[in-house]
Amino acid sequence: MTSSQSGKIKRIAIAVVGSGGSGVMTVGDLLLRSAAKAGWYGMMRRSSGPQIRGGEAAAYVELSTSPLESPCEYFNILLALDWKNVERFASEIALDKDSVVISGEAGVEFPEMVTDSGAKIWDVDLKAMLKKLKGGRTNIAALGLLGKLIGCPANIVRNTLENKFSAKALDPEVSFAALELGVQAASQVELIMELAPPAADAEERWAITGNQAAGLGALRAGVRFVAAYPITPATEILEWMSPRLRKVGGFLLQAEDELASINMSIGASYSGVPALTATSGPGLALMSESLGLAVAAEIPLVVVNVMRGGPSTGIPTKSEQTDLNLAVHGLHGDAPHLVLAPHSIPDCLWTTQWAVNLAEKLQTPAIVLSDQSLGQTLAVTKRPRDSTIKAEREVLKKVTEKYKRYALTDSGVSPMTLPGTPDGQYTADGLEHTPEGTPSSMVEDHDAQLEKRDRKLRNFDYGDDWAEITGDGKIAVITWGSTGGTVREAVSQIDPEGNKIRLMVIRLLSPAQPDIFKKALENAERVLVVEQSYGAQFYRYLRGYFELDERAESFSKPGPLPISSTMLRDKLQEWTTV
Amino acid sequence: MNNILVPPTIPVNTFIPKDYKSSIKPVWCPGCGDHTVLMGFTKAMAKLGLNPEDAVVVSGIGCSSRIPAYTKCYGFHGVHGRSLPIAAGIKLAHPELSVLVFSGDGDGYSIGGNHFLHACRRNINLTYVVMDNQVYGMTKGQPSPTTEPDWDNGMAPGGTNLRPFQPLVIALAAGANFIARGFSGDSNGTADLIAEAVTHPGFSFVEILSPCVTFRPEQRAWKDMVRSAPVKTTFDRGQAARHLATDDGFYTGVLFRDTRPAFEPPKAKTQVEVSDFNQEFIV
Ligand SMILES: Cc1ncc(C[n+]2csc(CCOP(=O)(O)OP(=O)(O)O)c2C)c(N)n1
Ligand code: SF4
Ligand SMILES: [Mg+2]
Repeated sequence: MTSSQSGKIKRIAIAVVGSGGSGVMTVGDLLLRSAAKAGWYGMMRRSSGPQIRGGEAAAYVELSTSPLESPCEYFNILLALDWKNVERFASEIALDKDSVVISGEAGVEFPEMVTDSGAKIWDVDLKAMLKKLKGGRTNIAALGLLGKLIGCPANIVRNTLENKFSAKALDPEVSFAALELGVQAASQVELIMELAPPAADAEERWAITGNQAAGLGALRAGVRFVAAYPITPATEILEWMSPRLRKVGGFLLQAEDELASINMSIGASYSGVPALTATSGPGLALMSESLGLAVAAEIPLVVVNVMRGGPSTGIPTKSEQTDLNLAVHGLHGDAPHLVLAPHSIPDCLWTTQWAVNLAEKLQTPAIVLSDQSLGQTLAVTKRPRDSTIKAEREVLKKVTEKYKRYALTDSGVSPMTLPGTPDGQYTADGLEHTPEGTPSSMVEDHDAQLEKRDRKLRNFDYGDDWAEITGDGKIAVITWGSTGGTVREAVSQIDPEGNKIRLMVIRLLSPAQPDIFKKALENAERVLVVEQSYGAQFYRYLRGYFELDERAESFSKPGPLPISSTMLRDKLQEWTTV
Repeated sequence: MNNILVPPTIPVNTFIPKDYKSSIKPVWCPGCGDHTVLMGFTKAMAKLGLNPEDAVVVSGIGCSSRIPAYTKCYGFHGVHGRSLPIAAGIKLAHPELSVLVFSGDGDGYSIGGNHFLHACRRNINLTYVVMDNQVYGMTKGQPSPTTEPDWDNGMAPGGTNLRPFQPLVIALAAGANFIARGFSGDSNGTADLIAEAVTHPGFSFVEILSPCVTFRPEQRAWKDMVRSAPVKTTFDRGQAARHLATDDGFYTGVLFRDTRPAFEPPKAKTQVEVSDFNQEFIV
């Protein structure tokens, strides 16, 4: 975080906390959306206690003059609508002496996380101020206050609030009055820092979560059938897609469990409709048998797996990169399949779209490994990258000679007939089979089909999108998924020219491409492997597939906190200065 | 027939049962009931006059579940217990296809039991045929949910001592739209039931008693035990339940029909382009 005693800062981090029902998330959401309208970039993360509804909550809003890649480590502003159970968030809300704490209620004892930090505390008794305004809400006043503090034009905040009226059943007059009270209260707070204004000619920006982006990517790629079972933190993909699928001629079905959801998706895809399911670790585990079926029967299918802390129910609301082993190695038998990982919130769109394209083209299941921090963070970003890739399923529409569903072709991909096509009948089978699809346990058939299923993935040209590679230094940093943002930011600070560090954020995790990887890593003398896992799953995966030998060192920390950018910067500093 | 719901079937083409039978030789033991279920299926299809390519035969895993490859229709031989979800996906994505699901008592009532309940209540237009031999045939003779409590076997010596699962009662309670029982030895009867089930809208459940002559040779006696139910098909769930109270498991025929329309995926009134969704996100 760049906070200095004077001058304008390019980035500001604001935590808003309060007890259940105080409207914390509304403040965060409206503040971010107002700032977005005004031209800033930013993001908002949500945190809450274990209560299903009504527990204490925290909204972490970060604003910046340029797109943000990673969560902050220190907060510039903490605003508490009230102080009930705020200590719950102590490990997430780091404050220091440059921080400013705004208390929305007076006469309370501040928790240690505040008093120990040395932060300056401003007692703005929003509650008391609102006593005079019947029905006035503290959170709306807080929005006015924060909007004023960051320098967001008042009319923009007003308009953003106005758009919420019907959704939140707010009284317009009272709400505007509460907002105005907050704006005036801002004069009671002295900010040590000031946020630099946004660039005047800001390009097109989007406000989107990773889960929404994944849903949109799927629709763009032609997914028209989804069957799924609700699970945190993947459910928003489903709730976003369901009404929209109906508007584009598709359908989402809530299945009775994940065993059903993956098999329904397999059925729909077999009949010709691109299909997807979304889940998180526990659900992916349940799906693993049928993923094997999709491999053997060669059915295109996408599973978006939004990772959370594990094992078992683990920490369902927090991020971790620990389903990698399951996604890559979790299938029984020799079962080549695709595993892809988006490396940023907007990239959830592109990568999911690519996953559908690849699954359709290669007739195999693709697992997209997103995670809670990508999926549930609302980001104000540049317009997500559009895809120009056209990869479609090879469908045989007219059968002229004896049809062989699993014909041994050069590419390994065999044209597929769809039910309804005369003379194209075959039985899709998880049993090993002949090229015609007849069950067989003969060694020749097993060899041929194993080789074919492997070859179609191995020989395919995935182009440059298998990884995002920047810089060409002798120090290589390799990472994947949401950690990519934190690493990118740290690397750009330590090595702005990009001549000391070579950063590789891997998007295509399976099939592994040892030759391409080896080339990308040429002349690298040291390799740092960064990930969010206790067991260093990614490091072990890389060592298993590639020649990393003694050059590689693991930088691996479990959730629920994001990877520390300070620790990472220190590490890179140490490596780049020796 | 006491049913006004079933439209008269006018075969578009004329087919004979053989038109639905593939050249692959079944793996089943000689005398296995499944042979005649297959025969019943082909006769039903000829009766319905459906083009082989317009029907999909879906199954799970078990001796009984080997059936798809023996037909000339499109087929899906999936994993153990998941035939109903596969079939639901196919039917929802392509409602114009006729989708028939074949399962065993282990596949359908044990590992796939949850899907059975939800398929009944969801009422998608599917035909679900369970070939019940009261044993796990494929894994060589373990007790299934429908096995008698005192049947001695290697897994539970002396018998499981468990109350058998009652498929028709469960289907009725869970909301199936059509419930029938047949006997594999009567392939014409099986054909009639399957044809009626295919024509009936919604989720149709047909339980076919299909002896496993290898692990339950005593089931050869079933041919003398089965008989037509002495009651007529009812449209009333309560009455169907009362009929089942006196059922010894060997009455055949159509027990129950409901008039609920089949589940169909809802569509939004106004259709849009995917690119229209961009507007939601542009700041
Ligand atoms: C997940 C899984 N568990 C166990 C098995 C082993 N298995 C194969 S068939 C079967 C039971 C089949 O019984 P049923 O459905 O009654 O069919 P039948 O062979 O009697 O026709 C079992 C347990 C399997 N294939 N997959
Ligand atoms: S084991 Fe039983 S069920 Fe299986 S094929 Fe033989 S007779 Fe039929
Ligand atoms: Mg059985």
